[in-house]
Amino acid sequence: MVVVVDYQAGNLASVVRALTALGARSRVTDEPEVVAAAPRVVFPGVGAAGRAMAVLRERGLDEALRQVKARGVPLLGICLGAQIILEFSQENETPGLGLLPGRATALPRQPGIKIPHMGWNRVEFVRPHPVFAGLPPTAEYYFVHSYFPEPARPEMVAGITEHGRPFVSAVAWENLVATQFHPEKSGRFGLHILANFLAWDGTLAQ
Amino acid sequence: MLSKRIIPCLDVRDGRTTKGIKFQNNVDIGDPVEMARHYYDTGADELVFYDITASSDRRGIMIEVVRRVAKVIFIPFSVGGGLRTLEDMREVLLAGAEKVSVNTAAVRNPRLIAEGAQAFGSQCIVLGMDVKRVPPSPQIPSGYEVVIHGGRTPTGIDALWWAREAERLGAGEICLNSIDADGTQDGYELTVTRMISEAVSIPVIASGGAGKPEHLAEVLTRGCADAALIASMVHYGTYTIPEIKDYLAQRGIPVRLTW
Repeated sequence: MVVVVDYQAGNLASVVRALTALGARSRVTDEPEVVAAAPRVVFPGVGAAGRAMAVLRERGLDEALRQVKARGVPLLGICLGAQIILEFSQENETPGLGLLPGRATALPRQPGIKIPHMGWNRVEFVRPHPVFAGLPPTAEYYFVHSYFPEPARPEMVAGITEHGRPFVSAVAWENLVATQFHPEKSGRFGLHILANFLAWDGTLAQ
Repeated sequence: MLSKRIIPCLDVRDGRTTKGIKFQNNVDIGDPVEMARHYYDTGADELVFYDITASSDRRGIMIEVVRRVAKVIFIPFSVGGGLRTLEDMREVLLAGAEKVSVNTAAVRNPRLIAEGAQAFGSQCIVLGMDVKRVPPSPQIPSGYEVVIHGGRTPTGIDALWWAREAERLGAGEICLNSIDADGTQDGYELTVTRMISEAVSIPVIASGGAGKPEHLAEVLTRGCADAALIASMVHYGTYTIPEIKDYLAQRGIPVRLTW
């Protein structure tokens, strides 16, 4: 059973459909008790950081997600969910959940580089991790975002992507993994990452 | 490096694709769900469904198509055609589309772009623009005018101004269709594509005129487009998406080759 956190940020249905296609049972909920006690949690999201944090706080989901992190169960953040796990987001200058030290930063504007970064791009996975195992280096993933996660410590970086400059596109630390791209919309290789996550016990044991 | 996207566009009427489509491998030529699956399997980067039924009483049929498509493909797809209100957009997004495309309704009521971006996020809102070449004038200095109703109705709006305005209002992407090039299979309109792509920071999808792979190569390089919409050249089986992508890759254009 996977619990998908509903905080009114974007289309959770595509995440649920991808999980269903992989044979997983999932439950979409905005109840903090259900999230806090879940055996496995997906924290997706698109939209603005400020509003997302406001909804999370109002529902008590911020505290529930901190408990999920502390309990050591597998937790996957996607897109906005890879940014607001950090302490601060430059978008709306808002405090984040603080599950990891660091901040979400805007992709820098530069000539010839389109913002939002929208479309398919490669990810260089910089260290072995069970959730990112078995992917060909030429695989590409679907992105749509203007901000990216910058964890405070380099050992929390799992993947790097290039768009005008290199940026962090995957994060992994303890029982938490997060992708700036959308695995649920990244074809076969995205589904492979979700399948890896469903099989993961939340530790780094291979 | 960000890949240039190749996006097949399917016209759907009453739940069926409208062009006579010729595939080699036993695909039902009229079922948009099967076609979506076929293009997903052969490397499409995204899909566009254009509902040419577009009357609200028939909307349910399209919603059902969207729902079925969303179960079998795991790449983004957008839906356009006749979406007039936030409620129309919400229905399509809830059924499983990633993006909605607004065209005529946004010209009539530009606030629709802002309200859609506010409600669902900019990444959801694609501005569809049909443009036509006209003599440059004080009213239309770029020499390209926005037209609506599939090109039949001129609006007196300058295409370059409208593209910038849509970006300001919160559109996440522009799908730019040249009425002059549409249906010719003689190549995309490079001048207007480049002009608009360089004037906005959001991605621009070129549409109208694709007949062979070199047309895509042109519009993705000289035309500065971020993505190219294709229809007949793949629907009739003249080319496959892997053939087009191989052609582009050989010319140094970044495309997604592993799927």
